[in-house]
Amino acid sequence: MNQPQPVLAVSSLVKRFGSFTAVDDVSFELMPGTSLGIVGESGSGKTTTARILAGLERPTSGTVTLEGRAVGGRSRRDRLWQAGRLQMIFQDPYGSFDPRRTIAQSIAEPLRLHAPGPAERHRARVAELLDQVGLSTRAGEALPRDLSGGQRQRAAIARALGIAPRVLVLDEAVAALDVSIQAQILTLLDELRRETGISYVFVSHDLAVVRYITDTAVVMRHGRIVERGGTEQILRSPQHPYTRLLLDSIPSPDWDLERVARDRRALDAR
Amino acid sequence: MLQKKEAETARRDALDISGLSLAVSRSGTDVPLLAGVSVRVARGETVGLVGESGSGKSLTSRSALGMLPRGARTTGGVTVSGVDVLGADRRTLRELRRTRVSMIFQDPRASINPVRRVGDYLTEGLRARGVSSREAAERAPDLLDQVGIRDPRGALRRFPHEFSGGMLQRVMIAGALSTEPELLLADEPTTALDVTTQAEVVGLLKTMQEAHGTGMLFVTHDLDLAAAICDRIYVMYAGRIVEEATGASLFRSPAHPYTRALLEASPSVHGEKAVVKAIRGRPLALAEAPSGCSFRDRCPLAEESCAEGVPPYRAHGASTVACLRPEEVAP
Repeated sequence: MNQPQPVLAVSSLVKRFGSFTAVDDVSFELMPGTSLGIVGESGSGKTTTARILAGLERPTSGTVTLEGRAVGGRSRRDRLWQAGRLQMIFQDPYGSFDPRRTIAQSIAEPLRLHAPGPAERHRARVAELLDQVGLSTRAGEALPRDLSGGQRQRAAIARALGIAPRVLVLDEAVAALDVSIQAQILTLLDELRRETGISYVFVSHDLAVVRYITDTAVVMRHGRIVERGGTEQILRSPQHPYTRLLLDSIPSPDWDLERVARDRRALDAR
Repeated sequence: MLQKKEAETARRDALDISGLSLAVSRSGTDVPLLAGVSVRVARGETVGLVGESGSGKSLTSRSALGMLPRGARTTGGVTVSGVDVLGADRRTLRELRRTRVSMIFQDPRASINPVRRVGDYLTEGLRARGVSSREAAERAPDLLDQVGIRDPRGALRRFPHEFSGGMLQRVMIAGALSTEPELLLADEPTTALDVTTQAEVVGLLKTMQEAHGTGMLFVTHDLDLAAAICDRIYVMYAGRIVEEATGASLFRSPAHPYTRALLEASPSVHGEKAVVKAIRGRPLALAEAPSGCSFRDRCPLAEESCAEGVPPYRAHGASTVACLRPEEVAP
């Protein structure tokens, strides 16, 4: 029997900006239909890693393999092929929508690019996508500025799903949302994964959210992966002192602030 | 006489907002923003004000400084250390802001002058309070030292952009507490910080607050954070307080359907992995909220009676709650 192949494989990724190393020897694999968390704080290199996956940055060295094929080609055909398989969702989707076009027009655009066909078919597909992410037809006719943050994030997900990518890279995709809206988006992502078999790379600083939405995770600090494994396993018995510090830093009724401060100083001194 | 005055000072609350309603006029129509908000912070107490966007939590905390939206009409009272804020003239307000109440905001970079040195920022606050420039210059390094900034003398000569977010928030805390205020308003002070930095800044705030006996109103969207550090918590929804309880009991037995829904919607790293339950709809502002109970169109327990009027406050368990059927929320 054939072993399932990873849909996305990252090997020895390095990214330097001048003399600063933002991503330092990062490797991981993403199996089809699974969800991987990249956890870290500011400066950990998690966002740079995500941007390399989406082709927004070129790595200094190392490779990204999508469905067994190395990515990074700059030709129009290569980029179209990559974008058809991997899409990215940002923290603030407001910046990625054309303010003068309706949500439905924005969702239809990648369809025209990736699956040319009659406008009628695209309209039907847009209606289907809006419904899939829980947006009304009226929301589809609205401009981005008329929607709430949660609705815009749904629209961004609908647009990304339109071309049926295999991988969705979500960079702090729920961080700016109110708790009740965050829960709606998390449930939506959960359902979509079950229904479509899509895979996620979920980049976040929030361990509780990562626990909910991912199966495996890597913890990054100063550009390096310091711990990796099953998400639940990492949270239950963290091996690296930094992971323990992250967990201890989360507010709880028995929060020991002095211990957090002490552990952080010890870690910085290493 | 003096003794009597001291006794009064010890007794009175750092902050007393009672029945505050606030409305503004927008293109001829009245837009209500707050309705009947009552919040009390005793001296030395940490009180949380929790809610989602549009709930009115920031507006409520700003009212303590007399910072109201333009053209706002108010009813009710806001008293800070015995001073009536709503009725105060500009001089009294200025005096209040520079001696008795301090505020720290979410983004320290937005509230510090980027082209002036950190030392200027700190001594300015002291000078405004009547401290001589020489004494202010002497005290500034101590202030930075207290908030855990290494090489405080060197730090005074640096500019805000040379500090990380967490370090700059420490500078803001040093500035805010330099006047030994009776009340500290902290509006999402750690939201923009990394989790490990948040823990340190919160620890620092608590230590400083305890040392000075300052009352703190901690405004946040993060229920876990509020429960971890606050003595009492108010939960706001659509311009109203819907529940008040002690930090620990709010978590164990929320009495308002909204509080409970918020808790169930938050994923947690503690305990067994639980299903996240989304709340339908979106958080509303007071002007968009339905009549009667503002939460009723999102509430799983809502019945026709919930539309009849705003539910009166009642005691249930350890909470004071504005719900007709808290026993169905926390049996």
